[in-house]
Amino acid sequence: MTKLNGCLALILVFCALSVVLSQHEARKLITALENERVMASQLEVEWGKLQLEQSTLATHRHIEGIAREDLKMQMPAETRLHTVMPTYFVGLTNSKSALIP
Amino acid sequence: MIHQPAPYLTLSAVRARFLLVLLMLGLIGLAGRALYLQGINHNFLQQEGKSRYSHIVEMGATRGMIADRHGEVLAISSPVASICADPKLVSATKPELKVLADLLQLDLSEIESLVANKNRRFVYLKRRVPPGVADSVAKLALPGVFLQNESQRFYPAGEVTAHILGFTGIDDNGQEGVELAWQDTLAGELGSRRVVKDRKGKIVENVEDINLPRQGQDLVLALDSGIQYLAHSELKRAAKAHRAESGSVVVLDAKTGEVLALSNWPVFNPNRRSSFTPSGIRNRALVESLELGSTLKPFSVAIAMELGVVNSDTVIQTAPGMLRIGRRTIRDVQNKGALSVAQVIQTSSNVGTAKIALSLPPETMWEMLNRSGFGSSVNLGFPGEAEGELRPYNDWRVVDQATMSYGHGITASLMQLARAYTLFTNDGELLPVSLLKRNSSVMGQKVISKETALAMSGMLEMVVQPGGTAPLAQVNGYRVAGKTGTAHKYIEGKGYAKNRYIASFVGYAPATNPRLIVAVMLDEPSAGQYYGGLVAAPIFSKVMSGALRMLNVPQDAPVNNVVSFPVAAGFEVGG
Repeated sequence: MTKLNGCLALILVFCALSVVLSQHEARKLITALENERVMASQLEVEWGKLQLEQSTLATHRHIEGIAREDLKMQMPAETRLHTVMPTYFVGLTNSKSALIP
Repeated sequence: MIHQPAPYLTLSAVRARFLLVLLMLGLIGLAGRALYLQGINHNFLQQEGKSRYSHIVEMGATRGMIADRHGEVLAISSPVASICADPKLVSATKPELKVLADLLQLDLSEIESLVANKNRRFVYLKRRVPPGVADSVAKLALPGVFLQNESQRFYPAGEVTAHILGFTGIDDNGQEGVELAWQDTLAGELGSRRVVKDRKGKIVENVEDINLPRQGQDLVLALDSGIQYLAHSELKRAAKAHRAESGSVVVLDAKTGEVLALSNWPVFNPNRRSSFTPSGIRNRALVESLELGSTLKPFSVAIAMELGVVNSDTVIQTAPGMLRIGRRTIRDVQNKGALSVAQVIQTSSNVGTAKIALSLPPETMWEMLNRSGFGSSVNLGFPGEAEGELRPYNDWRVVDQATMSYGHGITASLMQLARAYTLFTNDGELLPVSLLKRNSSVMGQKVISKETALAMSGMLEMVVQPGGTAPLAQVNGYRVAGKTGTAHKYIEGKGYAKNRYIASFVGYAPATNPRLIVAVMLDEPSAGQYYGGLVAAPIFSKVMSGALRMLNVPQDAPVNNVVSFPVAAGFEVGG
C-alpha cells in the first residue's frame, strides 16, 4: 500500500512539474506571438507610409512639374498627334469617316 | 540567614478565567476576519488581485483608404503622435520645459500655463507632430509627459481632389465630401481583448477577445485621377485668366454615368487646415443651383420633337428678333429671320425656342423636364446636394413657360445638367450618376426616343460648326456636340444683375459614339469676355481633348477638322 502511495506521489510530482513547464512554454510562445503582432502592425504602418510616399511622388502635378521644368518637355501640337489603333482595319470598316493612316 | 521555602504561587481563578476569555476572543476575532476575507469580501479581493495581472488592451483599426478607379491612392491614414501631459505628474524644471517647448515649437509660457493646472489629469501639449519630433520627445523621458498614437489623414493629390474627397476632423471622422458620405464604410472600429501581463508588462496569456476590431473598408471611386488633374488645372487657369468668382467642371462617363472628374474653383488644400475657407470648401458643382441659361434649350426642343410638334427641318419665324408676351419681351440679340429648328439650336435663338415651347402643354413640358432630372437631386449620396428649382406647372404663366424654355427661371446644379445630357449620349435614357466605380452596367430611364436623341445630337454638333455659337469647343480628331449658355446672374432679392454673368458649356464627344460628357461653368467672368462660347467652351475643348487621348478613344474625324469661324452673333440671354 505504501509502495503504491509512494508511486502515485512521484507521478503526482512529475505531473505537477510538467504543468509548470508547459505553462512556461506557453507563455514564452505567447510572448513571441505578441512580438510578431507588434512587428506586423509596425510593418503595416511602414507600408502605409510608403504608399503615401509613393502616391505623393506620383501626383500628376509633381510629374508635370518635372517634365515641363526640369526636362523641358512639352505636349506636341494636337495636329501632330495620331491615334494608332490595333483594330485599325476593323475600325476602318465600321467608321464612316476616313482614318488617318 | 533563615532559609525560607520558595513562596507557593497561587493564580487567582479570576485572572485565569480572564486570560482564557481574552484568548478565546482573539481566536473568534481571527476566525471572523478569516470568514470576512474568504467568504463575504471574497469577490472584491479576487477582482483586485486579478486587476494586478489582467489587463484590457486595445486592438487598433485604421480608416479605409480611398483610391481612384485605377487604384491610385487619394486618401490614406497614417499614424502620428500627439504629445500629452498629466499636469499632476509633471515635475520638469524650467530648462527641461524649455527644451520641450523648443522641440514642439511652442512658447515656454504656453507649456507652463498648460501644465500649471494641477487639478487636470490630461492636457494636449501639441497634436499630431511629425514622427521625428515624437521620437525626440520620447527620448527626453520627462515624467508626466507622454505620447498618444493617433492617425492622420493624408491627401497626396492635395487641392486637386479636395472637393470630391472632403476631409476628416481632428478625431478622424468625415466632415465633408466622400469622407462624410461614406463615413460608415471607411471608419474602422477599435476592438479590445483581455490579457495577462507579467511583472515587466509583457503579455503572457491571451484570455479573451472582448470586441474584435473592424478595419475600415477601402473605397474605390469612379474618379480618374489623370482626367481630374487635367480638369482641375484647366479650370484653375481659366478661372484666373477670366477673373471668375468661381467655376466648376464635371466629367461624366457617357455610357455608365460614372463621375470621372469633378473640380471647383476656388479650392482648398485638405492637408492644411488653415486653407479651409467657407467659399473654398464649397463643392459648387453639387451643392449650388444656378440659372441654367441656353444649355437647357436642347431639352425644350427635344420635348417638342418627341411630341411631334416640330422636327429638325420645321421652319420657325423669329423675325423681328423679339416676341412680346404680356408685358414682357423676349429678345434675340439680332433679327435672325426664319430659322429651321436645327438653326434655332445652332444659333441659340431665344425667340425660336420660346415659340416652340409655347406650342407644348405646360404639364407635359414639366413632366419631361422633371424626368430629365431637373428639380430632383442627383442622389450621389453626397452631403448637401442641390435639387435645383423646377416650379410646378400649375404656377406657370405663359411668359414663364416661354422664358423657362431657354433656361430662364429654372435652376439646377452643374451635375444635374451634366446628367441630363446623358439623354443625348444614351439613346434617350437618363443614366443615374455615381461617385463610386461601377462594376456592372446600369439601366437608364427612358425619357425620349432614340430617334429624337439622335436628331438632337446632330443639332448639337452644328453648334460647334460654322454658324454655331461655340467654335472654340472643337477638338482635333473628334466630332463634338454641345451647347453654350450665358445667363444673367440672379442676385437674391435684387433680381437679375445687368452685367454679371454665368458662362457655361455642356457637351460630349466623340459625337458618333459618345464616351465623355464634360460640363463647364464659370461664375462672373470679369476680364471682359463672358459668352459661354468664348469663356467656357475653350475649357471644355482642352479637358475633352486631353481626356479622350488619355482614354485612347478612337478618333472619328480627321485631325485637321478644327475650323475657325466667328461666334454666331448671339448673346443668347433673354432679357
